[in-house]
Amino acid sequence: MLDTLKLRIYQGQQFIKDIQNAPMREQFRGFPIITDVQVDESICPLGAIKNNPLSIDMGKCTLCGACAKKCSSIKFSNYYKLASTDRKKLIVTPNMNPEEYNKTAFEVRKEIKKVFGKSLKLRQVSAGGCNGCEMELNACSNVNFDMGRFGIDFVASPRHADGIVITGPITENMAYALEDCYKSTPNPKIVVLCGACAISGGIYQNSTKLNREFLEKYPIDLYIPGCPVHPLTFINAMVDFIS
Amino acid sequence: MNWLISGNKKRINIADIPVLNIEDLRFEIINLNKRVIGFFGKKEFDKTRLFVVMADDSEGKLYISSSIFEADKKSYESITKEVPAFHVFEREFYEEFGIEPVGHPWLKPMRDHKKEYEFFEMKGDEVHQVAVGPIHAGVIEPGHFRFMCHGEKIYDLEIQLGWQHRGVEDLFLSVPTNQLAESVCGDSVIAYNLAYSNAMESLGECEITNKAQLIRLIALEMERCAIHIGDLGAIAGDIAYLMGASIFGATRTLVINTMLEISGNRFGRGLITTGGVNFAIDKELSNTIISTLNKVSADVERTIKTMLKSPTVASRLEKTGVVSEENARSLGLVGMAAKASGVNIDTRFDFPDKWYQDIENRSTKADGDVYSRTRLRYKEIKQSIYIIKKFLSKLELYADEMNIVYVPQPKPNSFVVSLTEGWRGEVVHIALTDDNGNLSRYKIKDPSFNNWFALAMAVRNNGISDFPLCNKSFNLSYCGNDL
Repeated sequence: MLDTLKLRIYQGQQFIKDIQNAPMREQFRGFPIITDVQVDESICPLGAIKNNPLSIDMGKCTLCGACAKKCSSIKFSNYYKLASTDRKKLIVTPNMNPEEYNKTAFEVRKEIKKVFGKSLKLRQVSAGGCNGCEMELNACSNVNFDMGRFGIDFVASPRHADGIVITGPITENMAYALEDCYKSTPNPKIVVLCGACAISGGIYQNSTKLNREFLEKYPIDLYIPGCPVHPLTFINAMVDFIS
Repeated sequence: MNWLISGNKKRINIADIPVLNIEDLRFEIINLNKRVIGFFGKKEFDKTRLFVVMADDSEGKLYISSSIFEADKKSYESITKEVPAFHVFEREFYEEFGIEPVGHPWLKPMRDHKKEYEFFEMKGDEVHQVAVGPIHAGVIEPGHFRFMCHGEKIYDLEIQLGWQHRGVEDLFLSVPTNQLAESVCGDSVIAYNLAYSNAMESLGECEITNKAQLIRLIALEMERCAIHIGDLGAIAGDIAYLMGASIFGATRTLVINTMLEISGNRFGRGLITTGGVNFAIDKELSNTIISTLNKVSADVERTIKTMLKSPTVASRLEKTGVVSEENARSLGLVGMAAKASGVNIDTRFDFPDKWYQDIENRSTKADGDVYSRTRLRYKEIKQSIYIIKKFLSKLELYADEMNIVYVPQPKPNSFVVSLTEGWRGEVVHIALTDDNGNLSRYKIKDPSFNNWFALAMAVRNNGISDFPLCNKSFNLSYCGNDL
């Protein structure tokens, strides 16, 4: 018992005090800063890079850094607020400033703040993901990030949830279960796509074993890029979304 | 010659692999009495060629052979009847190529969901079923568990997977990239990318620099360390020892953030590339890693000792979810699950490269229960930290070497087996090339492929409330199994 107490005191407080302005290590590959040049589009194994003007689709980008190795006009900053409420806004164009991107990326909806502003319970569905995003979403609830302080939590049943978070490219085998889960969630509800796989199919975009019809049928409220999504990216996206 | 004897990461010509008729091959497999690590088909026009790779762990050798099925030959006598470890390999082969192993005790689907599957059922008074999944209560991957219970007691657990199947092996043929290798199983990023890169380098017959090799192995051990710490936290969480869950969670963050400092990603994505590594570790970073690991090591030691001393913890972990050594051997378990049951196999030491040769690997006491798997994780964390420090000091000698070397196009008509010991166990990648040196078949075997059945065995006669704990003590991969 005494050992347990001593251990507790030794650990102290581990939580990050200001999540919205938490410092990030400079090595982190986050928001890309690009200048307009012609590049070989095939340097991106995901097909996220397009020319005229040069752009990177954050919905496809896995932040692998392969392009930055080959092209000096692409650099990854450590800016981690990457989410957007609009799929089209995920496309990064030359000389875009990360703060500006973050400001315009969110469309403010009064009803979201009114309904979910103080409490947002989410059901996560892994639909073909590699367990990378799942591990990071679990990390959101650990003592460092402590997402629960904002009233945002993952719950066990879709019946208790205000929305679903989808990770993975949505396999054929998971398509039915995903839709079933969505239908089981009471209205009003939101849908969040988490990670490059969920947003665009990511590295699996050419697989024949996917069934992404769900995304055409139902409205998507939030896109959170990353591979996997960093806990700070996820938590800030959710906090920005409901405030 | 019925077998071609080869080794880990050795390129061989497909033409040199013996072709036996299936009856002879079956006899040879049973007679050889080694551990199966590869049993897969490849379409050759209208024929199917079956490749078999057996591992001799004591000698560090691989035995490779094959057989050809003509278009009209649709069955053979099951090997599982004689060697149970083949059960899952034969199911997979049947599902992919439609060639039936006659007499297989339980020929059920692996990943195919086209037909409604009828679960094994038990009947009797007060017997009931509990169906869980594919979507689980926690933030985890999908899979279906069907329990046959009598009261609280589990009589049988059947595990049906395949929900994560996204055609990874086929994608390797069209877009073979490091990014794809990293995404096969996101908790073993380094192990998978290492296995893939080693396979591609062996096919191109290229040797990477010592510096790159060491950095890769440091990352591999850091991954092992991070996941084991995280899982200790999860085990603590499942028995409501919340202090353990919190502290291990925070300690794991230290390790993966160090990985971020090396590679720019918490799981080490983007670090390894075919030909070497994208990021080096300089003296300053090396010192940061060592001081972080010293803290991690002290914190883990202190917490695990406090935790295991508690009688309430011991009563939940001891004699829960037991897999006997006999079962572990006959089912062909690998990696951590095998070691915790007393089967000491580890490809790092059984197929050693020049770096692991002089590292001592002592086996620990193993009873096959959750407690043993918890202890084993603790032991492996300590061992990994020791190995990382050793490799970091060796790395100084090669500081002037290149990070990346040029890798030539893979040699045509070649075959290579690449084994890597991830934190769960052996990750097996087998690559075959065609006349032009392009990949013509890519086969992956995750340790979970062998080990899922162990979980089903472990929970028998346990209370259903202990299932999450048993599950977490193995922490098997859904995506690695489903591919």
